Amino acid sequence: MYNPQLNKDGELTHLLSIEGLPQRILTQILDTAASFMEVSARDVKKVPLLRGKSVFNLFFENSTRTRTTFEIAAKRLSADVINLDINKSSASKGETLLDTIDNLCAMHANLFVVRHASSGAPYLIAEHLHKVGRDDIHVVNAGDGRHAHPTQGLLDMYTIRHYKKDFSQLRVAIVGDILHSRVARSDIHALTTLGVPEVRAIGPETLLPKHLDKLGVHVFHDMNEGLKDCDVVIMLRLQNERMTGALLPSAGEYFRHYGLTPQKLALAKPDAIVMHPGPMNRGVEIHSAVADGPQAVILPQVTFGIAVRMAVMSIVAGN
Amino acid sequence: MNIEIKHGRIIDPKNGVDRNTSLFIADGKVAGIGEAPASFTAEQTIDATGCIVCPGLIDLGARLNSIEAELAAAVAGGVTSVVVPPDVDPPLDEPELADRLVHRGKEIRKARVLPLGALTLGLNGERLSELAGLKKAGCVAFSQANKPVVDTEALLRAMEYAATFGFAVWLQPQDYWLSRNGIAHEGEVSSRLGLAGIPVAAETIAIATIVQLVRDTGCRVHLTRLSSAPGVALLAQAKAEGLPISFDIGVHHLLLTENDIGFFNPHARFSPPLRAQNDRLALSNAAASGLAAICSDHTPVAVDDKLLPFGEAKPGATGLEVLLPLTLKWAEAAHVSLSDALARITSAPAEVLGLESGQLAVGATADICIFDPEAIWQLTPDALKSRGKNSPWLGYLMTGKVKTTLVSGRSVYQS
Repeated sequence: MYNPQLNKDGELTHLLSIEGLPQRILTQILDTAASFMEVSARDVKKVPLLRGKSVFNLFFENSTRTRTTFEIAAKRLSADVINLDINKSSASKGETLLDTIDNLCAMHANLFVVRHASSGAPYLIAEHLHKVGRDDIHVVNAGDGRHAHPTQGLLDMYTIRHYKKDFSQLRVAIVGDILHSRVARSDIHALTTLGVPEVRAIGPETLLPKHLDKLGVHVFHDMNEGLKDCDVVIMLRLQNERMTGALLPSAGEYFRHYGLTPQKLALAKPDAIVMHPGPMNRGVEIHSAVADGPQAVILPQVTFGIAVRMAVMSIVAGN
Repeated sequence: MNIEIKHGRIIDPKNGVDRNTSLFIADGKVAGIGEAPASFTAEQTIDATGCIVCPGLIDLGARLNSIEAELAAAVAGGVTSVVVPPDVDPPLDEPELADRLVHRGKEIRKARVLPLGALTLGLNGERLSELAGLKKAGCVAFSQANKPVVDTEALLRAMEYAATFGFAVWLQPQDYWLSRNGIAHEGEVSSRLGLAGIPVAAETIAIATIVQLVRDTGCRVHLTRLSSAPGVALLAQAKAEGLPISFDIGVHHLLLTENDIGFFNPHARFSPPLRAQNDRLALSNAAASGLAAICSDHTPVAVDDKLLPFGEAKPGATGLEVLLPLTLKWAEAAHVSLSDALARITSAPAEVLGLESGQLAVGATADICIFDPEAIWQLTPDALKSRGKNSPWLGYLMTGKVKTTLVSGRSVYQS
């Protein structure tokens, strides 16, 4: 099948989703990220790989955290970074998404980092760039609707590889609101592509998408059962608005069944690591004793995230 | 004018005609097949060598955003009668509006316009429109287009009232609550792509409600644009029970599934959504067995309204000019005979409407489509007369091209 992320030589030209990427590309990104970890430890935290190039952060949906990590990553690659908070500018004046893109192309952009509330928006942009003959401009998806958040997925993989070395013997549990989570979808594709033999999804039926088994995931409704002997536990953020409808009765009941407490974590392997894409809701999906405990690797995830984003941007827009 | 259509293969599914012969038209009516009526002299001869001569297509659902262009598109697609849903702006909820539409259609002198009146004022699902007045103005039945009647009591009363006068009610079976936030079939693809899902239950729940109300009121109901296998099963049962229910299927739903969304292709966004392969098969079987009619569900969408992320793009596809080639494509794939396939877009919709048209019996109105079943053409924006250039088939080759369309024996299209 045609894959808009790869050029005709099979190289990564956009990063839109983990789905459809071969293992060699995921490994290439993780290996490149490893080489950038050293850069972040230097006094002068810069390499000239994207010198003279312009990275546009197009955030159609607010996110200070993700935008900041992309900005830091681009600056460490010596790129010029332009932050555009589209919510407050063009979109409110009625300009369409693709009009905005055309305008930015005319400003000699080299790479768009796109966050959008609608699933698939980065695909639309990538396809448009191809149609108008601008294959020299690259797109990195920084989160689209419920669909994908591939750099988060990759930084999660980096974290797992860092602590567990090898994917081929692992049992990984993803816990919480998988239905609305782009992070979960990217993690699932990344884990299965990298050869993790058992990926579990734990949550109430209301927060699980249908046919998850088709993605190669084992579904558990009982967290005690689902966490048993896991090597990695990925907790997902539960948005406050999920509590207002009929999805869940209350934050309290959710925490009792799906919140990660020290007792529940004890069911996983003793050396299991706990991850969270942030921002955390303490007392809703995770107990503070776990979030701040020795098994949590939530802050290292953030550090790795910069190296991974450097790797992605240097691979798609470098040379 | 007296016309002879020569050397064509005449297929009239309703009357079981399929033979190579001449068709004679006099005074806008079919005057003879095979042999000319007494003292017939043709003033005009149409050479239909290599072509099929069949009744003009009757399309059970086409939106005419710009009426002139869309009626020209209709006849270019061999469609001689179009049923227009009431969700125009303003909705067709007053007799004068319906009257104006019918009048405008007559002025344009292309395909016949058969409007559906709005069942409720403003299609808001609450207060009834003046149904009898709308009927008098030319409305053939009453519908909510694809807006649901949320209030079940309002639906019951509307059906009781319509039954009183013997009017038919057309409904799109889609539960409001289960479909309001969804943008794609709730299934494997929506889960993978992170698109909010519309479960099959949105259709089956609505059908179950409607079927029960038909049983209680005796109202004649036509359900539009079926999308699921369980929905088809419920309707097959209701028909077997003898209830006055019919249904149609949009031609795209016979050929496409959720997988055609690919990487968020906005042209594969439909309402109701494209569903899974087993649903498509059930729809195809329903059409093949004659349980359902086929329609274009023609929905012209401006280019800009499709150049959006999947969930923001408007649903629907252009249909009038692809109804015939897509029906032929379906028939070939589903091993349905040409005559049966043509029945689904001629006599079957006529039956839904309770009309005598959709056939070529002597004395029938000469609404005729002459097409070359072998002609291949590429679907490009320029190839379409419709303002709606939105199609999941853009760039594809279509087989089957209309050569001439006649309405009441008058040539309204020639390629």
